[in-house]
Amino acid sequence: MAELRLARRSSFLPLTGLMCVLLLVFVSVASASRDVTRGDSHNQTNSTAHKKAFPVLSFNYEHVRKPFEISLWILLALLMKLGFHIIPGVQNIVPESCLLIGVGLLVGGIIKAIGEEAPVLDTKLFFLYLLPPIILDAGYFLPIRPFTENMGTILVFAVVGTLWNTFFIGGMIYGVCRIEGGQLASVDPLSCLLFGTIVSAVDPVAVLAVFEEIHINELLHILVFGESLLNDAVTVVLYHLFEEFTHAGTVTVVDAILGVVCFFVVSLGGILVGAIYGILGAFTSRFTSHTRVIEPLFVFLYSYMAYLSAEVFHLSGIMSLIACGVVMRPYVEANVSHKSYTTIKYFLKMWSSVSETLIFIFLGVSTVAGPHAWNWTFVIVTVVLCLVSRVLGVIGLTYIINKFRIVKLTKKDQFIVAYGGLRGAIAFSLGFLLTNSEMKNMFLTAIITVIFFTVIVQGMTIRPLVDLLAVKKKKESKRSINEEIHTQFLDHLLTGIEDICGHYGHHHWKDKLNRFNKAYVKKWLIAGERSTEPQLISFYNKMEMKQAMMLVESGSTAQLPTIVSSVSMQNIKPRGPARQRAIPSISKSREQEIRKILRANLQKTRQRLRSYSRHDLMIDPFEDNVSEVRFRRQRVEMERRMSHYLTVPANRQETPPVRKVCFESEHKVYTYDDSKSPRGWTAEPDPSPPDAVSLLNESSQRANQSSEHRAKHNDELRAKVPDEKEEQDQLKLSRCLSDPGPNKEEDLS
Amino acid sequence: YDTFMTVSCHSYVDTSISLEQIENLHKRFQRLSDNEETISRKHLDSIPSLDNNPIKKQIIEAFFDKRNQHQDEVGSCEEIGFEQFLMVMSHFRPPSLKTTEEEKEAMRKEKLRFLFNMHDTGNDGTITLVEYRKVVEELLSKSGDIGQEAAKAIADAAMLEVASTNVPHMDPDDFYEGITFEHFEQILKGLEMETRMYIRFLDVETPTLRCGKSTS
Repeated sequence: MAELRLARRSSFLPLTGLMCVLLLVFVSVASASRDVTRGDSHNQTNSTAHKKAFPVLSFNYEHVRKPFEISLWILLALLMKLGFHIIPGVQNIVPESCLLIGVGLLVGGIIKAIGEEAPVLDTKLFFLYLLPPIILDAGYFLPIRPFTENMGTILVFAVVGTLWNTFFIGGMIYGVCRIEGGQLASVDPLSCLLFGTIVSAVDPVAVLAVFEEIHINELLHILVFGESLLNDAVTVVLYHLFEEFTHAGTVTVVDAILGVVCFFVVSLGGILVGAIYGILGAFTSRFTSHTRVIEPLFVFLYSYMAYLSAEVFHLSGIMSLIACGVVMRPYVEANVSHKSYTTIKYFLKMWSSVSETLIFIFLGVSTVAGPHAWNWTFVIVTVVLCLVSRVLGVIGLTYIINKFRIVKLTKKDQFIVAYGGLRGAIAFSLGFLLTNSEMKNMFLTAIITVIFFTVIVQGMTIRPLVDLLAVKKKKESKRSINEEIHTQFLDHLLTGIEDICGHYGHHHWKDKLNRFNKAYVKKWLIAGERSTEPQLISFYNKMEMKQAMMLVESGSTAQLPTIVSSVSMQNIKPRGPARQRAIPSISKSREQEIRKILRANLQKTRQRLRSYSRHDLMIDPFEDNVSEVRFRRQRVEMERRMSHYLTVPANRQETPPVRKVCFESEHKVYTYDDSKSPRGWTAEPDPSPPDAVSLLNESSQRANQSSEHRAKHNDELRAKVPDEKEEQDQLKLSRCLSDPGPNKEEDLS
Repeated sequence: YDTFMTVSCHSYVDTSISLEQIENLHKRFQRLSDNEETISRKHLDSIPSLDNNPIKKQIIEAFFDKRNQHQDEVGSCEEIGFEQFLMVMSHFRPPSLKTTEEEKEAMRKEKLRFLFNMHDTGNDGTITLVEYRKVVEELLSKSGDIGQEAAKAIADAAMLEVASTNVPHMDPDDFYEGITFEHFEQILKGLEMETRMYIRFLDVETPTLRCGKSTS
């Protein structure tokens, strides 16, 4: 079996390879075809005198050249990415970023060999088109809790660490240049400092690319990643500062002070711009309940505008983008439909993935293409200094930081933070922006070498090192409802204890912010009654929804551990008085017959899907304040067509009805309303008219069960029936058997 | 004043709370109790900033719960002295760099025990479904008019989760009595209590960054 799979995989390899070669040829032909079309038009003018035949087929490549080439490049990049995942084993050794750089080098080499001019990583292209999706993806899904808990540490690393790196590298490089003399003697201190700025900033793209694959624990991930995001402000300020100084020639104290002021303006201004756009975005999403289709666009556009607006004023675009995403997210998520949420998530992931791939490939191509001035001393010294300054910086700062931290950073943590300081494309693009041409090539070569070194060497070795040092990995388990309850409980408890101590600490202010948020902000930014929904309830709803969807998508029990357990609500609820069983139980053979019929009907029903127009999405019951009547109408309609599913008539004396979602096809989401029992459904175990089968009886053996846990019961039952093959259907069925929730809970959401 | 020095010799608290912090807590205690020897529930009730807290009652109750005094008694007192106050506060000290793994384990157990006692109002060593429902209800109490059903549903789901994680195979006729302390530990071990349940104020080594001090 494994051999077959392997054989199939390896047959993809030549195919992918062939396709790539074809693409490459195409690209070069495309760029060379400029001459062909010119030739054509020349011929045209000559033959106007004669009447020519009507051209049935003509060739006009110029018309589509630019978009064609862009699409080709992106397609090539994605095919490469695909290829890496198909080749077995490569992934575990070499991180994707290295492979992509390798491909870029290859492509660059081919293009150069053909004699064409290779596209270079244009700064404008990079900063305006390739970088924002990655940052937005990172910012929107930033885990807020660990980020704010470690904010102090992250800021210290980002600001002080980057400053230290800059001055240390710049200073030492200048010293080395002075000592070395020769070609390097003409390097002035400001240029060195500028170079130091460019090469010292930890790059978010590279960090993301490498750290995604190694799954280290949350703390380290957020430390390195947060640092890479926040040091953008420092980099921007220092870069512009030194560039100005290089032109001006002299530095005064006033300039230095202005530089410090500029730093605050840049960072705080960037955050402010981002926050404003974030609030605008949240406010807009409040009114989108009737035009769900364009909801994701608002998120993307407002964020992009935030980035561009910040760039207009030379504020930190990255911080603006992060602030926008962070501010917007809780409100937008409360307002948009589930589908829009999924769309946003997938589009962001998709764009950031494409961007990242393109960046690395272009990095490789630009390396081959660009003018280089290799100077052994300079390059080697730069690489060594980068490493040394990073290590020293981290150790020194951690020593200071640990005095203020409760959960101290151990030596292992420090090592990972130091080793994870990767440089990437931002350094390259900034280097490209340099205007001084004589030093520029040398600097650029050194920058590229540093980037290659960190991404390739450090990127490849960090995974085995993490395993070797036994660094704590990310815990894979999903958030449980108990943990959520206790996290909130703990928050309130600690706030209370702080109040009793009379000590206004961390928790006190967080609590105040939350209350302010709930009292004022949420009212403005969240539509309808969702604004008053407490976090625990929305968490619970989300969790239930996720479980339901997982069930449908996976179609097997293996992935949901809770289902495997045979514990059900019956085991937990206290034994009440013996209840009348209104529904008689049926025999096993009857059960099997019923199941067979249901299965058959299920397949038939699948084909009768209702089409929907582009403009009118299914109403997602979780967030709309739809009236009961509408629900009932929907349900009745559905029942008429899919009469094989049934809603369980409840013996609902004590258990509260809970809203349950039933997915019976990919396109529809309905809720059931349990208290309104289907008219005419009785406990008839008569399987002959297929449309009138009632599955009631299956669950009747365990009557009086409450809502969501009926599914588990049916799994139990199923286990007893030996001839089960189509678990998928069963699960879908059993999920549909869960009780509809009554509409009391509609008021909540 | 000397009595408080002897308190600091209590072996349990000894290495964890500094003298300076004991003094601060003592000053606070004095203010809360109107310079008397003991405080009762009404003293703690009258702290204005606690009014916004949904679990105010449980927190206050925890101070008067004898189980938190580590003396194997059950029940609750009417009034507590400074020593008991300090004892309860010691549950919130953070770990330091010097804490060994075993000490961290012990600390985690202690903090989880504190939480467990807060939930187990019936003093019977298990958290029953009714008690757990009450916990969730109280948590949601300040969040507007939610109603009982939501709290019940959440508590039921949570309980089910505890049961299914700890006792994966139960017959349909078995009854899960309640969450025992072991199950409670198991379900919350992912949260790493010793790194979460602390008040900065009580850390020996970090300088306290006091953002403001209440004068109430």
